[in-house]
Amino acid sequence: MNVVFYLLAAITIGGGLAAVLLKHLVHCALATTVAFAGLALLFLQLDAQFAGFAQILVYIGAVAILIVFAILLTRGSELPKDGVFSRSWFVGLVIAAGVFAVLAWAVLQSVRAVPQQTAAPAVTVRDIGNALVGRYVLPLEIVGLLLTAATIGAVIVAMHEKERPR
Amino acid sequence: MSMGVTTPLAGYLLVAALLFAIGLAGALVRRNAILVLIGIELMLNSANLNLIAFWRFGPHPEALTGMMFAIFSIAVAAAEAAVGLGLVIAIHRQSNTTELDKINRMKG
Repeated sequence: MNVVFYLLAAITIGGGLAAVLLKHLVHCALATTVAFAGLALLFLQLDAQFAGFAQILVYIGAVAILIVFAILLTRGSELPKDGVFSRSWFVGLVIAAGVFAVLAWAVLQSVRAVPQQTAAPAVTVRDIGNALVGRYVLPLEIVGLLLTAATIGAVIVAMHEKERPR
Repeated sequence: MSMGVTTPLAGYLLVAALLFAIGLAGALVRRNAILVLIGIELMLNSANLNLIAFWRFGPHPEALTGMMFAIFSIAVAAAEAAVGLGLVIAIHRQSNTTELDKINRMKG
């Protein structure tokens, strides 16, 4: 637990809080990007370089752009008249606080029983590549199929539908 | 390294739990469908942080299990974001709103 960890945790949590609390949707998207960047840096801090850079490429590079596109295409940059929080916001807040309390209690109760490696794992990108085309080749193929299907599906769902002749 | 009760693993797990709760609150509390999707993305990301933390501090990091799970989870989350935002755009085209309280018809 050093200063860098606390700094990165503060960036991530602050970005997440701002993403949920800010009124303007474009500001929310920017705050989400900050949270994604904080998470990528936390991955790097955990010696998971590949996952960290994949996080930067996929989330900051693609998902954040998609979110901004969706906001601007749906005119979400205009503020709604009757508030940004739903009527049952208090119930949602209580549920989220309860979930965090249970999770934090479970972590603090059980984490001392887990044996912990302190030395940084000596895993290179070459090892990850070998594992991806060796032991994990079937999940890799399935993810490829899923991404293809999702891309086609997203285009079809969002495509402008022409008036059908009756 | 360890201060009091918290080990490094516990610190990462607590950050992930807090981020999960924030994402859950966002998904439950906000009116806008895009903000609900952002909340879901935050929850998925906090799960990834758990996976990577257990991979880093677990007994067999060379088996790459947690790392692989996180990488596949990132890929699936990207697919989910694309389809979810496509659906939001389609709903906006149908009913001209992304406010979840106003989307109350199953047939456009």
